[in-house]
Amino acid sequence: MIRLQGVGKTYHVGSREIAALREVNLEIARGEVFGIIGHSGAGKSTLIRLLNRLEKATTGRIELDGEDLTAMDDTQLRSLRLRVGMIFQHFNLLGSRTVAQNVAIPLRVAGVRDAAAITRRVAELLDLVGLADQGDKYPSQLSGGQKQRVGIARALANDPKVLLCDEATSALDPQTTRSVLDLLLRINEQLGLTIVLITHEMDVVRAICDHVAVLDDGVIVEQGPVSQVFLHPAHPTTRHFVQEAEDLDEGEEREDFARVDGCVVRLSYLGEHVYAPMLAEVARDQGVDFCILSGRVERIKRTPCGQLTLALSGSDASIRGALAQLSGGGVHVDVLRAAPGTQGVN
Amino acid sequence: MDVLLQVLQAVDWPEIGLATLDTLLMLGASLFFTALAGLPLGVLLFLTGPRQLLGQPAVYGAVSFAVNVLRSLPFIILLILMIPVTVKLTGTSLGVAGAIPPLVVATTPFFARLVETALREVDRGIIEAMLATGATTRQVVFWALLPEALPGIIAGLTVTAITLVAYTAMSGVIGGGGLGDLAVRFGYQRFRTDVMVITVVLLLVLVQLLQMAGDRLVHRFSRK
Repeated sequence: MIRLQGVGKTYHVGSREIAALREVNLEIARGEVFGIIGHSGAGKSTLIRLLNRLEKATTGRIELDGEDLTAMDDTQLRSLRLRVGMIFQHFNLLGSRTVAQNVAIPLRVAGVRDAAAITRRVAELLDLVGLADQGDKYPSQLSGGQKQRVGIARALANDPKVLLCDEATSALDPQTTRSVLDLLLRINEQLGLTIVLITHEMDVVRAICDHVAVLDDGVIVEQGPVSQVFLHPAHPTTRHFVQEAEDLDEGEEREDFARVDGCVVRLSYLGEHVYAPMLAEVARDQGVDFCILSGRVERIKRTPCGQLTLALSGSDASIRGALAQLSGGGVHVDVLRAAPGTQGVN
Repeated sequence: MDVLLQVLQAVDWPEIGLATLDTLLMLGASLFFTALAGLPLGVLLFLTGPRQLLGQPAVYGAVSFAVNVLRSLPFIILLILMIPVTVKLTGTSLGVAGAIPPLVVATTPFFARLVETALREVDRGIIEAMLATGATTRQVVFWALLPEALPGIIAGLTVTAITLVAYTAMSGVIGGGGLGDLAVRFGYQRFRTDVMVITVVLLLVLVQLLQMAGDRLVHRFSRK
């Protein structure tokens, strides 16, 4: 639905050129939730603004439903923006207008003149975001989570096909973040809306995204299905984000490794495998013992997944057998320390 | 007490009443035309400014320079320079009518700058959100910028009104009429200290009332 090919964005600051984005290639499918994660300054704000052309790409091609955004004139641009909603970190509501008047603005922009039709549509939208009785309040009377819901209602007013979320939950507390993410997921499923979000929090990606791209210094360093990127991060930046989300500390991990004998492996598994009594089976069949050093079993969007770090002890042959049985059973195995008994070697 | 009564009786009150009315007329008419001209000029300054919606450095430079020139002219000089233009516009350079054009020309650039500043105070995110809905520049200005900046614009208009009070007094020097004229002709040239004091007190009350009214309106339109 959205396709970026070789997209670059260069800013001129004085006589210097600063490349905010370089050679970005992305493909976002209809109806999915696509996350773009990066540290501040990585270029993610620029990237999301290219999608409704609040920023114009310097090079490359950006397509939405086959239309080239980079070639649009002002009239086409306005019709594009009616089809692409956007919500913001700081909500950006009009403080001088009531909630209902804020939500009505995109309708008026779209040329709806009929006051009754506007009132009806606004009520429908406020109901959708759970603010049915708040229409007459001013934004300053609302909490952060409620303001973002108003933002979402405003963004959805003209039935857009795409919703852009610019750090939509970064200014909210964890509980409110959760409820806003749930709302986004619900409208994604109910309305078949494609959602593109940028964030610096892996938890946001894990909670609602189907695919994720990792942006580092203007370049996409890794992208794929969230489970893939989350369980097997390849790029250091990605690993950093995952560790941050998991609260993993490499120093503590090394300490754990030093205290156990045998082979240390990390097992990752998804979906149905979470519910299979695999470890006990393998231990029994192959005659190995195991000790769990760290682990987590959680959900990525709706898919259950697990990742365990184990120390396996037993004969070389039985460990090999155990690893083979695990791999054969659909578990992804990373051997973190191969040789058994490294602790005793001086 | 008796002395005070004697002083008050010696004052020509109808004359003071007329002068007050003249001042109010000059103030009202000048403020009206200043708002009428200054608001669009302020919006133009804002929109064409650096990194703003229209971003027209050449237009901004020219308008900004013209505004600065008018603002750097001392009002007393402007009064005199404007005489030929004033005569063309109103048929006279004297009285209330003769004072209004120079007053408007003096305060319009001032008010325009205040409008520009008030508009710059509006969060850029709000403009961005408006643009993201597909709004045109005109819609951004009328539906978001002006309503959001309204308290700031009213505060600016209050400051402008008070500046106008001071200027109306000065226009008395070239025969502009009003309280300033009275203060110059009686208070200064005829050594009538009583008249001088009364005009000053009246001007002070006027300024107080304007400030109070302005503050009330600002409060009324603030939603923060």
